[in-house]
Amino acid sequence: MTSTDRFIPDRLTSPLQKRLKSWETLLLAVAIAIFIANSLASPYFLNAWNLSDATFNFTEKAMIAFAMALLIIAGEIDLSVASIIALASTAMGAAAQFDVSTLTLVLIGLSVGLACGAFNAVLVTMMGLPSIVVTIGTMSLFRGISYIVLGDQAYRGYPGAFSYFGQGYVFWVISFEFVLFAVLAVIYGVVLHKTNFGRAVYAIGNNATGALFSGIRVDRVKFILFLLTGLMSGIAAVCLTSRLGSTRPSIGLGMELEVVTMVVLGGVNILGGSGSIPGVVIAAFVMGLVTFGLGLLNVPGIVMSIFIGALLIGVIALPRLWSMLRK
Amino acid sequence: MLADHAADAPILRLDRITKTFPGVKALSEVQLALYPGQVTALIGENGAGKSTLVKVLTGIYQPDGGQITVDGTPVSFPTAQDAAAHGITAIHQETVLFDDLTVAENIFLGHAPKGRFGLIDTAAQRRMARDLLDSIGAEIDPDTRLRDLGIASKHLVAISRALSIDARVVVMDEPTAALSHKEIHELYDLVEQLKSQGKAILFISHKFDEIFKIADRYTVFRDGQFVADGRIADVTEGDLVKMMVGREVDQIFPKRTPNIGAEVLEVVGYSHPTEFADIGFTLRAGEILGFYGLVGAGRSEFMQALFGITKPSKGVTKIDGQIRVIRSPAEAVNAGIVYVPEDRGLQGAIRPLPIFQNVTLASLNRTPRKGFINLANEFALAREYTKRLDLRAASLDTPVGNLSGGNQQKVVIAKWLATQPKVIILDEPTKGIDIGSKAAVHDFMAELASQGLAVIMVSSEIPEVLGMSDRVIVMRDGRMVAEVSGPEMTPETLVRHAAGIAEATL
Repeated sequence: MTSTDRFIPDRLTSPLQKRLKSWETLLLAVAIAIFIANSLASPYFLNAWNLSDATFNFTEKAMIAFAMALLIIAGEIDLSVASIIALASTAMGAAAQFDVSTLTLVLIGLSVGLACGAFNAVLVTMMGLPSIVVTIGTMSLFRGISYIVLGDQAYRGYPGAFSYFGQGYVFWVISFEFVLFAVLAVIYGVVLHKTNFGRAVYAIGNNATGALFSGIRVDRVKFILFLLTGLMSGIAAVCLTSRLGSTRPSIGLGMELEVVTMVVLGGVNILGGSGSIPGVVIAAFVMGLVTFGLGLLNVPGIVMSIFIGALLIGVIALPRLWSMLRK
Repeated sequence: MLADHAADAPILRLDRITKTFPGVKALSEVQLALYPGQVTALIGENGAGKSTLVKVLTGIYQPDGGQITVDGTPVSFPTAQDAAAHGITAIHQETVLFDDLTVAENIFLGHAPKGRFGLIDTAAQRRMARDLLDSIGAEIDPDTRLRDLGIASKHLVAISRALSIDARVVVMDEPTAALSHKEIHELYDLVEQLKSQGKAILFISHKFDEIFKIADRYTVFRDGQFVADGRIADVTEGDLVKMMVGREVDQIFPKRTPNIGAEVLEVVGYSHPTEFADIGFTLRAGEILGFYGLVGAGRSEFMQALFGITKPSKGVTKIDGQIRVIRSPAEAVNAGIVYVPEDRGLQGAIRPLPIFQNVTLASLNRTPRKGFINLANEFALAREYTKRLDLRAASLDTPVGNLSGGNQQKVVIAKWLATQPKVIILDEPTKGIDIGSKAAVHDFMAELASQGLAVIMVSSEIPEVLGMSDRVIVMRDGRMVAEVSGPEMTPETLVRHAAGIAEATL
């Protein structure tokens, strides 16, 4: 065109500046504050083995939270994750009664997770039903099957090697679950922030119609996201079952809300469109540290859940309060 | 000449009404009078100011100057409620009703009959709604939720609502656009009924047959100015068309010498169960093909089918002579067909995302590292295409939603150019954008064609269609009714074909 060369800069604020002002930075400060408070409050806190134990408070939830973060950013949600754990665990427990190999058990757990995810995906993407309703339904459905199969019984008798996933250590105090958590964090971080797929997730969450009109295969992306949450629930089921050594139908009861809390605390917009994996990782640590620290102080579980709830509201209200106070 | 109506004073009169928007004079000292028991047709092209006038009448816009009088008394309508209080009500193109409420609730929203304790007397409300619906011969259950009704029934509900507030002036803004033949005739009967009750009706329509069927008077606007008014009996269709379009094409369009190359796109027998039928044409590289028609003629619906959004029941698309099956926008983009939608905010741009991400959104798969994002490449691509389009923005990581309409449109076009398409479809590309950006979009369209892109432009603005296109296809009621080029491309021809007026009457 004939106009004078108009220069548009790529950015007005540098990425570093942006990062300093981000939600993740605030959350990291909160995590550090809690860490310091914990170490002052209890002499048992700064102990490698105790800290290692603390990671079990969040590793399984965080695995699901990564996939849930993508799903929520894309404007959908899956509330059936904890029930998928129950169903996958029940399936593994039933199979374990026939002395199958550890590998088979793991494959069964993952397959059940994937199948449940696919079931949600079909209902949402092919039949056009709202995901919140579909997954509230499948939340009852999946766990209901476990209750029918197990009643007030429990499955035990998992093979010895199976206990590695929830109880094994890769190196010194570094547990298998923690390594898996770290690897998954990196994978999900790359997928969301460095791939076309991740960009499509943001586009869909901000404007699904616009994304469709831009040539993005919206339904396919959503289908994959539901499969991923299902698969992650399957993986969490393997870890949790292995750690507990038994399956009851109430396994992981209520975990879906803790997962959603972790995702929202991590800065993911519950309405979709924004959020990051580093945020969810820090949120996982925050929640783990709080639960563990309160545990060391012998605070009962009920009070802990009150504290987590207050923390969620507090951290979310903080930026808004801050801007209101400055006016 | 008007002796037989001299006794009737107008219920509503507008005098020298002016309404200005930034950069546009939407209405310039226009006048309008509505008489009891008469239907006045408001006639004009898209952009003539008809919709703005309706909004002034119903209290949605405040005029910058001029006088509104009701029964000879000057009034003003600061809010929509004030207009309603003076007995003015409008039935819009897209009826402004509430899908999740029942028919009765919609009719009486805001003035429901009250029972004890000031609560809504639902039984009375239902009964009164039933009476109103019966009085216009509408067989609709007052308890139905509006969502479950068709467009025609929704119109009837809107009319019942108008009657329920005892309206004296009823504005009907293209009420037949979405109706079937039978429903249109039922509407005519209803208009007759309203007339016999002494109501003044303002009837906005592009269809000359219905104007001549039901209107008593006409008022013609052009480019926001009053042109003429009078009695329908005194004019012919030809006269009205001349009043509507009779002006110099005063916008300046880029001069271009078409550099037309090989055939790129061939469409054969595209049909849809309800929206369009039997659309077929060819398009060559470097050509700009205009699609003209009235709102609701099926142009956008056809274009969206070509782009894979809606599924046609029949039809073949060939690109460079090869049949391409297009079932989704993704497949259309792969085949080289891209679509710049009319609804920029919803369908065009992802407004909360930054400019550079919008520009590269459709071409991420074309970057060297397949599947992965490389920020440096991404910014380079965004820089290249935003520069080509002369985008005005503070930085490339500004959210698109912060830009003006014209610049948002440039971002959408940049997104598609980055995919290096063969055919670009622009649906009302300059609708709602300022004059300056309009010219930039026109220049750019011409440049794209000269670079060998095949361009399809859907437009309802006659000067734009005539100024930009090498060839024009006119659609009416979902069908191609004419293909004109060269000296045949005149405003009269387009209007005549679009409105379905026989040759002889002109």
